[in-house]
Amino acid sequence: MSNFFSKAEVTSSGRPVFIHNEVECHLLSGVDLEPEDHHHFTPLKSGILILTTHRLLWLHSSSASAIPLAAISHIFSSRKSLKSVFHSPRIRFQVLVSPDGRLFDPGSGSGSSSGSGSRSVVVTAVIRGKGDCDGFLVKFWDSWRARAWESNETSGSGSGSGSGSGLASGSEAGTGTGGGLYSSDGSLRMVGVAGILRKEQQMWESTDKSLQDAFQDLNALMSKAKEMVMLAEKMRQKLLSGTSSQTSGTNDEDMGSKEEMQDWLLSVGIISPVTKESAGALYHQQLSRQLADFVRTPLERAGGMINLIDAYCLFNRARGTELISPDDMLQACSLWEKFDVPVMLRKFDSGVMVIQNKSHSDEEVFARIKSLAAKPEALRNGMSPTDAAMSLGIAPAMAKEHLLTAESKGLLCRDISPDGFRFYINLFPEIDPLNIYFVKDYGMCSTWIKAVSTSG
Amino acid sequence: MVIILISSLRFRLEAENFSPISIYCEGSTCREMQKLGDFKLPHFFNYPPYFTLQPVRETREKQVQLWKELILDYCRTQKIFVIKLEEEFPLFSNSVIERTLSHEAREAFLSALAAEGRAEWLDKGHRSCLILWHRIQEWADIIVNFVKDNGFEDSVMTVEEIRFGIESRRTELHGIDRTILMRALKLLEQKGKLAIFKGTSTDDEGIKFSV
Repeated sequence: MSNFFSKAEVTSSGRPVFIHNEVECHLLSGVDLEPEDHHHFTPLKSGILILTTHRLLWLHSSSASAIPLAAISHIFSSRKSLKSVFHSPRIRFQVLVSPDGRLFDPGSGSGSSSGSGSRSVVVTAVIRGKGDCDGFLVKFWDSWRARAWESNETSGSGSGSGSGSGLASGSEAGTGTGGGLYSSDGSLRMVGVAGILRKEQQMWESTDKSLQDAFQDLNALMSKAKEMVMLAEKMRQKLLSGTSSQTSGTNDEDMGSKEEMQDWLLSVGIISPVTKESAGALYHQQLSRQLADFVRTPLERAGGMINLIDAYCLFNRARGTELISPDDMLQACSLWEKFDVPVMLRKFDSGVMVIQNKSHSDEEVFARIKSLAAKPEALRNGMSPTDAAMSLGIAPAMAKEHLLTAESKGLLCRDISPDGFRFYINLFPEIDPLNIYFVKDYGMCSTWIKAVSTSG
Repeated sequence: MVIILISSLRFRLEAENFSPISIYCEGSTCREMQKLGDFKLPHFFNYPPYFTLQPVRETREKQVQLWKELILDYCRTQKIFVIKLEEEFPLFSNSVIERTLSHEAREAFLSALAAEGRAEWLDKGHRSCLILWHRIQEWADIIVNFVKDNGFEDSVMTVEEIRFGIESRRTELHGIDRTILMRALKLLEQKGKLAIFKGTSTDDEGIKFSV
């Protein structure tokens, strides 16, 4: 199976590694890839299909295969027949096959793009999961036609956002703006006043078509919803401005119908954005994996443990424009339990939440704290969170959490005074309540007594 | 007579515990343990966490136990019967390490004593606490012994005579708190060992023994 497709690299958290300028456009889960005849490759079952500007990636349990969009010679439009009502939706496309039976790889540099791929195979992607199949198909068309792999500028990528986390929401700029961008494939170029008029005309025509498509098929409506939101907004604006500028000579019928229109628009409820909802649970999954990848460098710098709030700030800053909410962050972290990622979310008794490496060992930290607390300086004056932070090489807030946990395990005792909050090594277990004046010769108590008396 | 011998033996043994023995002496790092009056303090009295109420359960239990013992010992040797929380109490502060028990901590330790029957709160607001380094029953036994030792069966004494009389000087009864004494006497009255009757003023209550 892996011989046929191109190999795709995957990070340790199961996210695909993108090549330069490659942006993710859409994602579907529960996808099977089947060839038209089985001697080309064995069918691939139940993976995640990711569409990017350059490739079609199929992910399954941390391995990935890729089909470069350059190798695709034709995409079939979806056949809506009686059979298709009962089947899972299918996307069929034709890929070029090189003479050695493998998928044609444009990166291998063997001849011109049309010369070596003489044979072609039809591949069917069967979408068994819940996903926006028609939307995927539209974006598939757009990405394929955009031919991002050929151009060197960033304008070749179909979406406006620069960060690599496009997901389902990142590519809305690519669709619905009409044919004006793709001048290289032979469509009309817009110049001069005639161009402007033609553009207006095209926009109205596409708006009309949008409305028609939308109201025929609910699935299509969902994908067009973004456009519908904009349309509804425009209409609402027009209605509002219309009613305010009218003179008192308006007849009641017009007013009535306008208000009706307004009410109807509101009742359809096209106010909320739909992109996140349509991606649904998958959004959090992919986000979760991406976060696991990202957080590894900050973790190393912070000594193995980082406050969740700090991680949130760093992550959002790195994302740039596609910011996530604290809720999303929390959900993404909680999903880590289900995947095999090397990081985990941990909540301390005090309520502080941190991200730490799975390999982080509490026992090791406690041993270090214990040896720190047994030093003469710490025996005399105790240890404050700042002292521990400096010695352990971690943030003071994290150090305090560690000290509190060590206290709860009985290693340390707290001392609250006007001087502040300090920790001492726990001597209580060594003291015998029936013999309070007795001190063992080589215990911690005698070490403490010695340390204290040499200073006075 | 046998009883007197045994009780004096007990006194001698107890006295020995308070002779200054520096057990942790090691060559030049010998250190005299602090004293509060003539009461010797244990080494952990200078351990700062001892003066902060510990949140961790196991540590707290140990801390409470140590404080209970210390309070009882101190009160027994200094003949202190009542502790008022808002007043200064020498045992609750350590000027060497500059630490003082908070009000919450004092209440916690005294309540622990009360739960054990070794103390009693005198008011609902927990401002004043009676320390029973002898339980009431023990005091009752001491009174009975006192009566028998001095041959006071069938005789009459006033309460003040019991507290400050010449005969009580050699016993623990000397200087006993009035409330505690009355409780013990009432307990004995219920058992029929004596009878309490009022005199001309409250100070002058009389006791008729029939031990």
